Amino acid sequence: MTPVAVMVGANRIVQAAGIIHPLGSADLSPADEKTLRRRIVEQALQALRTEVVKPTVFTRE
Amino acid sequence: MRGAPRLRRGGPNVGGLGAISGPHVIDVVDGAVGAARAVQQALGDAGTVVATVICGDNYAAEHADRAAAELVAVVAAARPDLVIAGPAFLAGRYGVACGALCAAVQAQLKIPAVTGMHAENPGVELYRRQVYVVPTGSEATRMLDEVKRLVALGLKLARGEAIGAPAAEGYFARGVTRNVVVEAAAADRAVAMLLDKLAGRPVASEVPRPAFPRVPAPRLIKTLEGATIALVTDGGLVPRGNPDGIEALNATRYGAYSIEGKTGLDAAQYDNPHRGYDTTWVKQDPNRLVPVDVARELEQSGAIGKLHETVYSTVGVATTLAHSARMGQEIAEKLRAAGVDAVILTST
Repeated sequence: MTPVAVMVGANRIVQAAGIIHPLGSADLSPADEKTLRRRIVEQALQALRTEVVKPTVFTRE
Repeated sequence: MRGAPRLRRGGPNVGGLGAISGPHVIDVVDGAVGAARAVQQALGDAGTVVATVICGDNYAAEHADRAAAELVAVVAAARPDLVIAGPAFLAGRYGVACGALCAAVQAQLKIPAVTGMHAENPGVELYRRQVYVVPTGSEATRMLDEVKRLVALGLKLARGEAIGAPAAEGYFARGVTRNVVVEAAAADRAVAMLLDKLAGRPVASEVPRPAFPRVPAPRLIKTLEGATIALVTDGGLVPRGNPDGIEALNATRYGAYSIEGKTGLDAAQYDNPHRGYDTTWVKQDPNRLVPVDVARELEQSGAIGKLHETVYSTVGVATTLAHSARMGQEIAEKLRAAGVDAVILTST
């Protein structure tokens, strides 16, 4: 849904894991799922420290 | 037909946006004076300007309630069939005063009223839903032409004639939806529109798109280690029983839920009324929607200064722009008051 976020003008957009579970995945083991969640949250924190001048999508590293 | 008293900027001998102070802030003159002569000229034999009302726009702006009441009283005494205010062009306080007068006259005296102003006059956004506002230029360079358009629309209103669509009649859209019968089916109209677009001809959408204002991106000045971070979601997280009654779609409400002392969100304590996606997986583990478990670990390890102890949540599906903006503003004010430095908003 990142194109929608861009269209409405959200400034810092981190691509997450999907509409039905943005911060997780039922296909992963509990440990791997938490690693995924942690990676997305850490990327969001880095995005907060990144200067942007227009809606910017931070894609998966 | 008894014609039109007008609200006019400044006194007879006052130009620009200067205020008129003293007791004579509202004046009434019989017949058409000053710019109201253009109204009489545009009316021709169709009507007579019975009075011109003159009001300082600073007075109208600074004492809005009193000025509106006084203006309504003055208009009532003149007993017109139609009120024409302005045109105000790009003069902001004048435009707001014209809109306020027209709205008050219509509501209290049941007399139709028309005003005119430039698209960027703040009076347009404030009053276009209540009052017919005719678009004009930014300055009085084409006064008679523009007054003619105001008068033409005003006469239709005064005669009780049907008013067509904004583009056809020449007024700012009032946000009114009306059913009309169209000969061509939607598919035919869509193809015709596409052909126009390919040929470079002008295309007008039948569905106006909402305008999303650009918000400058604030910068997090503190380091993450010193910052308080809040979690917000539009994915529908609620405690069991949905105590705030957040709607399953078209939400108008949001909730504030404490995560104090929690190292994660326990599925047994939460529910999710969101009707815009399959919530099976976030109900199984609400941390998949609002990552409290991970955020708490980052707080404990010192990667972030503090995790804010309140999570704000609403349902973002078919939610109107107006309600979204209002809820966002209210939540932002509460977060700011609580000393929050930055927000991670998780969305589905």
